Amino acid sequence: MSALILAMVVLLAVVLIGAALVAIKGKSLPIAILSAGLVSLIASVLFLVLAAPDVAMTEAAIGSGLTTFLFFFVLSRVRGGEND
Amino acid sequence: MSMFFDLLGGLLLVCGAAFLLFGGLGLVRMPDLFNRIQAGTKATTLGTLLTLAGVVCLRPEWGFKLLLIGLFILFTNPISSQVLARAAHRSGTKMSDKTCVDKLEEDFGEKP
Amino acid sequence: MAEVFIYIAAAIVGVALLLALYRFVKGPSDADRVVAFDVLTIISISAIVLAAFVEGRGIYLDVALVYALLSFLGVIAVARYLERGF
Repeated sequence: MSALILAMVVLLAVVLIGAALVAIKGKSLPIAILSAGLVSLIASVLFLVLAAPDVAMTEAAIGSGLTTFLFFFVLSRVRGGEND
Repeated sequence: MSMFFDLLGGLLLVCGAAFLLFGGLGLVRMPDLFNRIQAGTKATTLGTLLTLAGVVCLRPEWGFKLLLIGLFILFTNPISSQVLARAAHRSGTKMSDKTCVDKLEEDFGEKP
Repeated sequence: MAEVFIYIAAAIVGVALLLALYRFVKGPSDADRVVAFDVLTIISISAIVLAAFVEGRGIYLDVALVYALLSFLGVIAVARYLERGF
C-alpha cells in the first residue's frame, strides 16, 4: 500500500465520519436520508481504494441508489406523519 | 513523444484538480443557493472532464471507458443542476440581495 | 515524472472534498446540502479515476460509471421530493 493510497483512506474516513454525524444530528428527515446515502457512497469509494471493486459496485448500486430512492418514495407517501 | 504525452497528461490532471478546487471554494464562498449551484456544477464538470482527458493522455488503452464516463457526466450533470435549481425556485428559496435578474419569474410568472 | 503530478492532483482533490464536506455539514437549507451532495459525488468520480490510475487496474473505471449513473438518479429523486413529492 503506497503512501498515496493510505492518505486517500484517511481522508475518506474523515468524510465518512462527518457525513455520519450529519445523519445523526440533523434536524430534518430528508437530510438524514441524504446523509445516509452519502455515507454509503463514500464507503463504496473506500471499498474501491481498499482493492475490492465488486463490493464497491454492489454498495454503490444498492446502498446509495436503491435505498435512497426507496426512502424518498416512502417519505413522500407518509408525509404529514413526521414529527421533526 | 512519450515524454510529451506524460507532461501533457500531468498538466491536464493538475488543471482538472484545480477546477475541482475552485468548485469547492465557490460552494463555500457564494452567498446564496443559486450561485452555489452555478459555481458547484459548472466548474466541477469542467474539472472532471479535464481529469479524464489527462488520464487518457497517460494511458491511451483506457480511452473508450473514459470517453463513456465523460459523455455520461457531460449529459447528466447539467440536467441535475437544472432540475435542482427549478425545484429550489418553486419551493421558495430566498435569493441574495445582489441577485437582480429572475428570468423564470419574468417569463413564466412563477413567484419564488 | 507523472508521479509528481499525480501527488499534486490528489492533494488538490482532497482539499476540494473537504470544502464540499464543509458546505454539506454547515449548509443552512436542505437544497444547499443537495448541491453539496452532487458536488461530492462528482469529485469522488475524479478520485476514483485517480485511484484507478495509481493502482493501474482498469476495472475500477466500471465503478466510476455506475457511480455517475446512480448519483444522477439520487439527485433527481431528491429534487422531485423538494418540488412537490412524487
